[in-house]
Amino acid sequence: MGKMKPQADQPENNKATTGKLTVKRRTLLKALAGVPILGVFAFELLEKRAYDHEKKTRILKDLELDKISTPSIQPLAVIKGDPLRVGLIGFGNRAVSHANGLGYMHPEDMEKRKLNGTLEDWLLQEDLNVVITGICDVFDLHAERGLATVNNKIRAGGAKVTDLTVRRYHSYQEMLDDKNIDAVMIATPDHNHAPITVAAAKAGKHIYCEKAPAHSEEQVFEVYNAVKNKTIVYQLGHQVPQSVVFQQAKDIIRKDILGKITLIETTTNRNTADGAWIRHLDANGNPKPGDEKTIDWDQWLGPAPKVPFSIDRYYNWTKFFDYDIGLIGQLFTHEFDAVNQLLHIGIPKSVVSSGGIYFWKDNREMADMLQCVFEYPEKDLTLLYSASLSSSRSRGRIFMGHDASMELGNSIDITADRDSTRYQKQIKEGLIDTSGPMISFNPTSGKIDAVTSATEKYYAARGLISTNINGREVDITYLHIREWINCIRNGKKPSANIEMAFEEGITCMMAHKAYVEKRRVEWDPVNRKII
Amino acid sequence: MKEKEEYTPMQMSVLLILRFLIGWHLLYEGFSKLLIPNWSSFGFLQESKWILAGLAKWILAHDNVLSVVDFLNTWGLIAIGLGLILGLFTRLAAISGAVLLFIYYLNNPPLIGLEYTVPSEGSYLVVSKTLIEAVSMVALAVFPTGTAFGLDMFINKYKNKKNKEG
Repeated sequence: MGKMKPQADQPENNKATTGKLTVKRRTLLKALAGVPILGVFAFELLEKRAYDHEKKTRILKDLELDKISTPSIQPLAVIKGDPLRVGLIGFGNRAVSHANGLGYMHPEDMEKRKLNGTLEDWLLQEDLNVVITGICDVFDLHAERGLATVNNKIRAGGAKVTDLTVRRYHSYQEMLDDKNIDAVMIATPDHNHAPITVAAAKAGKHIYCEKAPAHSEEQVFEVYNAVKNKTIVYQLGHQVPQSVVFQQAKDIIRKDILGKITLIETTTNRNTADGAWIRHLDANGNPKPGDEKTIDWDQWLGPAPKVPFSIDRYYNWTKFFDYDIGLIGQLFTHEFDAVNQLLHIGIPKSVVSSGGIYFWKDNREMADMLQCVFEYPEKDLTLLYSASLSSSRSRGRIFMGHDASMELGNSIDITADRDSTRYQKQIKEGLIDTSGPMISFNPTSGKIDAVTSATEKYYAARGLISTNINGREVDITYLHIREWINCIRNGKKPSANIEMAFEEGITCMMAHKAYVEKRRVEWDPVNRKII
Repeated sequence: MKEKEEYTPMQMSVLLILRFLIGWHLLYEGFSKLLIPNWSSFGFLQESKWILAGLAKWILAHDNVLSVVDFLNTWGLIAIGLGLILGLFTRLAAISGAVLLFIYYLNNPPLIGLEYTVPSEGSYLVVSKTLIEAVSMVALAVFPTGTAFGLDMFINKYKNKKNKEG
């Protein structure tokens, strides 16, 4: 075989001109050898794009998802006039989120967020034209923390500092008597929710109350009747459905993508002492502060039975049925609200609960292992709640339909059922793969997309993508508060309104009763009574 | 670039095929990143194990650095792919490609004891396809073909002319 030599610099007659350089035509062709390869590449790339596009749009079109709107936050119209004056009742962990949602943050928390890079998103949070003018907490330390938070001059959304000053109230009655408070946010332990809500409604204050709405069946009715007869705006603190994916989930349900839904599985899995509500120690294992001198114990107990001061009860109140109803009141409430916002299931016909204290063998009364089954025979639907406080295996929240199932969390994954009637044709054609999600809503890309690549599938399945609107992290508690405030200003009804709170309250009481009395309980819709 | 490309037609053909194939692969890797909305090396870096894990963590902690890395990755792959296919700055493209792929390899080498959450598409022990592709590009740099079959010929001519004039 002869050697091949570059012949470019051998002068020949047959020349092509390239600028000032002279090159043989044959050599020129050799120099451009890569061009046809590139041409084929470009052709293949366009073909591939067209194929992917066709596949995606076909799935989206077949499912009528192409018309689903992308989520965005509409900026509020400039809110003129006097700011809404808000009082916070109870200044624990949840109230910190409330204050942040209202545009206030403690200087120490600002430092922390600066370090983890989330301060900027909070500072961009839109000003709601509200002022916190009252803080009420039975524990001096918490109240002082609240005052320091409100007195921080740096506000989210560039809110201007007003002449209004914040005042500490030593009892909620004192705050409710003050005409200078327009609205209250209740974030006390659960046993105080109902009495404060009823008193606030009587005083004509707008109410944002953390879940659960009440602590007994009677209280559910008391709260309902007190709020129902007033023109105030009541919002229950279920921020989860404010997540942008919920808007998409609503569209998916409306378009009947899942087929007939007969089972919804909601779950809780946690595996830490904190997750099991053992919270009297700080991060270093030292007892948290608080004693009878700094905590108004009688007021903390409120309507609950009188017992001597106990730091265990003060910090770990969730463990005791005098103050709340355990997993049902703390976490199932969120699950129920999520499902009820989507499907409007209302109060079940019957509930059975079972479980026990299988892992956290302390003085607790609440179950750390709990399964509740809610039957809706008229809707051909079972709602299941399954909770474990001794395993952190993630099980998600799954809506199971005949044609597809939907996992709804930080993202939405819809997986076609291999025996689906509706998607039979597409599954046969290979257009829909039932081994992974066929549609995934990814909040960061801000649009709904048919999943095609392995990477996307991987991310989708793991929910690695956080809630995000218009490319920025938005706090869902803020959105929930914002909805409440909008409703106050426009006289509209919020999403977690008193009707929803009533349904949730009754459903939770049924589940609790079923657990405590170890029997199947039913709802009598005629006499409006749990039997 | 010094011209010493003296190969048999068979040798030249095999080298060219290798160059085109690797060029094609990297070019598409680059384009696919460009075409996936909001693609990011986030997931890849999060999986990073072994000696570059610290660097990966640092990149992940800085949003602006991450976006620079994403940009360089996408456009670097496209540029290298184009270079290899067109035979333009071939040696530079091959060396950059080898370095880039070697960095990929170092981020998740299939060494004993390193476990990844994303399963690999083949079975590897120490040696992976990424490493082989990186070394193949070293071969392409060592056995250049750009001046015979590629736009490097013009660069070469231009340089020669300048040298002659100089």
